[in-house]
Amino acid sequence: MRLTDREERLRAGERGEAARLALEQQIAVGDFFGAERFVPVTNVHMMGDMEVMGDAGFAFIERLVNLGARFVVPVTTNARCVDFERAAAVRQDPALVARERVLVERLRALGAMPVDTCINYQTVYQPQRGEHLAWGDTGTVIWANSVAGARTNYEAGPAAVGAGLTGVTPAYGYHLDAQRAGTLRFEVRCRLEDYADWGALGGVVGRRTLDYWKVPVLTGVGGTPTGDELKHFGAALASYGSCAMFHMVGVTPEARDEAEAFRGRTPEAAHVIDDAALAAFYRTYPEDRDEIDLVVFTAPQLSVLEIRRIVALLDGRRVHGNTGLLVTTNFANREMAARLGYVKAIEDAGGQVLGGTCWYIMEPAKMAAAFGWRNVLTNSAKVANIIGGYRLHPILRRTEVCVEAAVTGRLPAAARLR
Amino acid sequence: MSVGSAVLSGPPGFGPDVEAEIVLSRDTFSIRYDMDRETGVISRRGHALEGRSLAGTIVYFPAVQGGVAAGWAFLALVGRGVAPAGVIFGRTNPVMIQGLVLAGIPTMHRVAPDPFTVLETGDRVLMRPRAGRVELVARRGTCAGIG
Repeated sequence: MRLTDREERLRAGERGEAARLALEQQIAVGDFFGAERFVPVTNVHMMGDMEVMGDAGFAFIERLVNLGARFVVPVTTNARCVDFERAAAVRQDPALVARERVLVERLRALGAMPVDTCINYQTVYQPQRGEHLAWGDTGTVIWANSVAGARTNYEAGPAAVGAGLTGVTPAYGYHLDAQRAGTLRFEVRCRLEDYADWGALGGVVGRRTLDYWKVPVLTGVGGTPTGDELKHFGAALASYGSCAMFHMVGVTPEARDEAEAFRGRTPEAAHVIDDAALAAFYRTYPEDRDEIDLVVFTAPQLSVLEIRRIVALLDGRRVHGNTGLLVTTNFANREMAARLGYVKAIEDAGGQVLGGTCWYIMEPAKMAAAFGWRNVLTNSAKVANIIGGYRLHPILRRTEVCVEAAVTGRLPAAARLR
Repeated sequence: MSVGSAVLSGPPGFGPDVEAEIVLSRDTFSIRYDMDRETGVISRRGHALEGRSLAGTIVYFPAVQGGVAAGWAFLALVGRGVAPAGVIFGRTNPVMIQGLVLAGIPTMHRVAPDPFTVLETGDRVLMRPRAGRVELVARRGTCAGIG
């Protein structure tokens, strides 16, 4: 890689050992992917919590603190594995909670802003078109590239920390024009009536893409999707397909028409997604029995509008005694939802609204064991994808089905697939 | 395929040379979705390597899936003594490489030909990331290397 004078000085240790180490790792990654230079970043969003970092990651952060490291650009944090105020209610390991508290202190010492959200783009910072970022959490990355027209690769925790310390990131992948051209064409003919449908669409496209370096282009999406719909779609597409960018013709900023989306290239393949394709996706999440142990709304954290919808669907009814109801969001939205009376409504119904966290990183297997949960119903395709790896039984259904099941304790007959 | 010749080649990778037993997967890899990060054992039901520990092996995955969790997870595996000795991908993504670089685990990608056509799980190989080569040391079940 070609280094600027500033980067050469960083490499020589002018800004300390931590920045020097960070730059060396960035060079190794940049070389691996053929980057020729660095680009300055305006904003860093990092994944750093004990669930994802483990003791080794914690020790790495401690070492940086001991080296006197300080971030040189704004660094925000992703959802973490603990809601400190409600950890006991969801039976989280007190040792994990204590460790997480210390970690947050250490991150503050580096200069991080622990906003603890995976929807930073909805609540903290809206990047501009062409802006270079170093964001972690795949859902935030796919939003930044696709919906905002900003530029970032998946930057995992240590890479984001590195970018925070150096203020630059290697220019490969989605920082470059060439990588942002559409490669696969998906014609959307299915009805999309719920967040779960948008997540399922992301899942269908993701399963057929399965490649970080491919950019699906969706045509035929009628109307204007809402931010929350694009959020579910993008998070699922990133989760199932390892994708970092999509174009939606007539919707996203680098796809005013198909020619712009493909940048003059011919699609490698074309697919049609109809109602049958979406139904087939749902069928990959059949119930194993009708009783539902847990209904969870999470991943990504909910907007105030999504929380409002759950309250409306609950309509004053109580959650069934054998079923749990969890909602996760960030601090800002939880505070707003509290002021609007939504938190009280969900708590009065017997549910919980957790702040600053996302359920799938809250050690769900341990939580499920503590509560005796196995069957987990959600409207989040991303969560359905993840928790299979934790040996829980995920069931993906539309939001209203999820709320109905929370109230009755059973999957409504019309939503059963067996 | 004679012992000692390059059986796989690709662009220059990361890390020092390493020799170990190779484990080939036909399924893709996600550290969060597929692996028990406490033990380094593949835990996802139905995964081609389900129940298998990757500790000390050179493992091949044709592609990767998902998440940013990989960034820290390899370092955690090293800390617990259950990390693979090397990781070879068909196609990979940045977080895998960022995590492997942090953990100091040798890695390569875009290798050819398809490893299944020239190797089998249990073969002993020498992975030389800087040279972009993987060499056969000994076939599975034979005790001698090339000496």
